Amino acid sequence: MNAVNPIAFYLFAGIALAFSMMTVLRRNPVSSAFSLVMVFFSFAGIYALLGAHLIAALQVLVYAGAIMVLFVFVVMLLNSDAPSFDLRRTPGLFRIVAGLVCLALLVIFVRVFRHSPSTIAPGAFTVDAIAASGGNTRVVSELMFSEYILPFELTSVLLLAGIVGAVALAKRHGAAGRNESKKGAVDAAAAR
Amino acid sequence: MQLQPVEPWVVLSFSAAIFFTGLFGLLVRRNLLIILMSIELMLNAVNLTYVTFSHQLSSMAGQMSVFFIITVAAAESAVGLGLVIALYRTLKTVDTDEITLLKD
Repeated sequence: MNAVNPIAFYLFAGIALAFSMMTVLRRNPVSSAFSLVMVFFSFAGIYALLGAHLIAALQVLVYAGAIMVLFVFVVMLLNSDAPSFDLRRTPGLFRIVAGLVCLALLVIFVRVFRHSPSTIAPGAFTVDAIAASGGNTRVVSELMFSEYILPFELTSVLLLAGIVGAVALAKRHGAAGRNESKKGAVDAAAAR
Repeated sequence: MQLQPVEPWVVLSFSAAIFFTGLFGLLVRRNLLIILMSIELMLNAVNLTYVTFSHQLSSMAGQMSVFFIITVAAAESAVGLGLVIALYRTLKTVDTDEITLLKD
């Protein structure tokens, strides 16, 4: 395995951990959203450190760009002073139990990752092989349009379903609204 | 002081930490918007696990999976935020404690 630069990794990891805590714990939804942007950017940095350059670019474009703009829009539409944004609305005992359960699961995961040897044979895409065949983006693109062409095409169906679903949900109650406006027009005509 | 190169298990443990931060947020927050943000945190942590294994095992399957997960996450957050807006329009709240339409 090619070495990962430790200084850059611990910098990005520290930023991501601190800001993910802030995302979860802050009361103000705007500061939660912008902490989430910082988490996404530091994840992009870690992807680049691990040699996944295309994924790093996609992370910045899709997560830090598109998804976060959606979140910020919705934060602006909702009432951000609502009491539901307060962490203290949850019972204290439940918060403590949830924190302990998450911490215990994290300890188990770290122990498993630390002590389980990798028994899977490494594949063909070593760092040198990727560099020789034109870089990460080229290798990923060639795979995407050959071996993974079926899931890639199915993705377009998923996105279409997402668009239709989002439009159908965000539309005002179509039939009722139209009937009301028609009734209003009839009333107006009668008044005239 | 010369730092050791980062081992794969450190990166995997870091992504597990982010995942459980997201899970904690999912459990304790009562606002649908923050819950969606926690779900995004968890999805990102899983993506990082995929990329780490892809790097460790010199295989491209992990990075291809991450590509498709990012697509699904984008569709999920668009539909999820549309649901939040529709819910706010109907009930004037996005508090999970006050959404009890199926109870009464």
